[in-house]
Amino acid sequence: MSQYVARRLWHAALTLVGVSILVFVVLRVMPGDPAKMLLPEGAPQSAVEELDRQLGLHRPLAAQYLIFLHSVFRGDFGQSFQYRAPAARVVLDRVSATIDLTIAAMLLIIGVGVPIGLMAAVRHRTPYDYAGMVVAVLGQSLPNFWLGIMLILLFGVTMRWLPTSGFEGWRYLVLPSLTLAAYPTAFIARLTRSGMLEVLDQDFIRTARSKGLPGTTTVLRHALKNAIIPVLTVIGLQIGTLLSGAVITESVFAWPGIGKLIVDAIFSRDFPVVQTVLILSAATFVLVNLLADLLYTLVDPRIRYG
Amino acid sequence: MAGRKASTSARAPDRGSRLLPAGRGLRRIVRQNPLLVVGALVLLSVALACALAPALTPLDPIKTGFSGRLRAPLGLGGTWAHIMGTDNLGRDIWARVLYGGRISLALAAGAVLLAAGTGIVLGLFSGYAGGRIDDLIMRLADIQLAFPVIMLAIAIIAVVGTSEFAIIGVLALSGWVLYARTVRANLLSIRSLEYVEAARALGAGGLRIIFRHVLPNTTAPLLVIGTSQFATMVLLETGLSFLGLGIQAPRPSWGNMMAEGRDYLSNAWWLATIPGAAISLVVLGANLFGDGLRDLLDPRLRHR
Repeated sequence: MSQYVARRLWHAALTLVGVSILVFVVLRVMPGDPAKMLLPEGAPQSAVEELDRQLGLHRPLAAQYLIFLHSVFRGDFGQSFQYRAPAARVVLDRVSATIDLTIAAMLLIIGVGVPIGLMAAVRHRTPYDYAGMVVAVLGQSLPNFWLGIMLILLFGVTMRWLPTSGFEGWRYLVLPSLTLAAYPTAFIARLTRSGMLEVLDQDFIRTARSKGLPGTTTVLRHALKNAIIPVLTVIGLQIGTLLSGAVITESVFAWPGIGKLIVDAIFSRDFPVVQTVLILSAATFVLVNLLADLLYTLVDPRIRYG
Repeated sequence: MAGRKASTSARAPDRGSRLLPAGRGLRRIVRQNPLLVVGALVLLSVALACALAPALTPLDPIKTGFSGRLRAPLGLGGTWAHIMGTDNLGRDIWARVLYGGRISLALAAGAVLLAAGTGIVLGLFSGYAGGRIDDLIMRLADIQLAFPVIMLAIAIIAVVGTSEFAIIGVLALSGWVLYARTVRANLLSIRSLEYVEAARALGAGGLRIIFRHVLPNTTAPLLVIGTSQFATMVLLETGLSFLGLGIQAPRPSWGNMMAEGRDYLSNAWWLATIPGAAISLVVLGANLFGDGLRDLLDPRLRHR
């Protein structure tokens, strides 16, 4: 058990170091001199060099990486070229919008995806099952930027029920979170269904049924309890899908979160902000992954000695 | 065929040792597995239409015709000259969908092939070499998976530019891990089977065992991964182009067509709707095909 935990911790740490190296290398070989982009057209070479020195861009790469790593540990991700403020501050200001969106999407995934999968499994090979799976396949096939635009067209432009961009209150959250949640909800519905079908097939369910337990007790207390654990783990891991989806969803709805921020920062070559968003997202994913694995070992003793 | 013979005599893992279960006619496949057929038909017809674009439209997808901007599609007041209408620069949308599809589908297919090739080689190498090299490659896989796909892709694209090669490379980078892990796991489990030990005892070298035993026994899961990944790759490529980090205007791509159409939602909704419908159709086809293929090749999962 402790050996397993130690190994998982070690791997997580290695992954984070790898993440930081990769991010650093990718962004420092970026063409297009940021100093030149910050200064007005035709600024003298001496001004460019001066700004390079201020931003630390004149040192060798390895030295820049070590400086970078050292400051990351102090929570200092450098100065945003574009906003002229600490990158960490710029990103943190935007995090809460993305968290709102992600939580709303998570609620949809759990509140819609799991019940659809459950219904499809319990009513296996009935119209309920087929309808649920058709919805799920569609949910996995519609690109979220298209879905978002169609929702805007339908509810914003044609019917004018809901606001299509901006960020004040829950009404603004409806369309973006639907857009973001569609794909993972469909995925979780299918996963819940196949997990439930597998458990419902097993001997102890037949025993429970044959000793006369009511159907709902069997399904909820016996089957769902067993089928839900892997599903919950995977729901936790959807954080990666959600962060990826947030990039596009936020761009479609002009949602002021880190997804839109990273796209804007890419276009203005604001390395420190891009770096911060990438590292924060990857670190979040690694930590959630680690936590899910560790929780799993607590819940399911078979893993500990695997 | 020594491998094939050995695999039947010495209890090879049955999954995928033969691609199609013997004695099953085409008609039975169609009846038992409608998903596979529908998916294949959808994919084939879209791919064919895009490939035959010059035969299906005489119009140029890039040349602008300012005389007729934002014309409605047929049935909404449009004419046969532009069955899907025209865009904000007067370009024919039908022509742009076909030529744009060529690019989007080719990039997605190229990305799947490159991801599969890289993943299979790294997976084999990792499993075969073991030890430090195995550790290193698997940690690289962890690092890759830690990034939200689109974020890493846009960061790299911003560095290396938006050429086709760059896009294929970035997409493949996001996809190789699945193959590597599958191949490695299969290599490790197959390597210790009796018939492989027998083959080794008879003097078969590492490469021979890989090509005769490991790869044939891994074909089925790899094919399933490949088809469903094609759907993901189409979504990713069009997503990148939508953000302005893929195929650049004026060349058409389903993604950048949608990005341009977004500004005309209130007066010309078809601009964004049509290319999006094309993407959905292809992704739906690939998903159905992938599900059907999995049912066909992995009977344990049938009807799940």
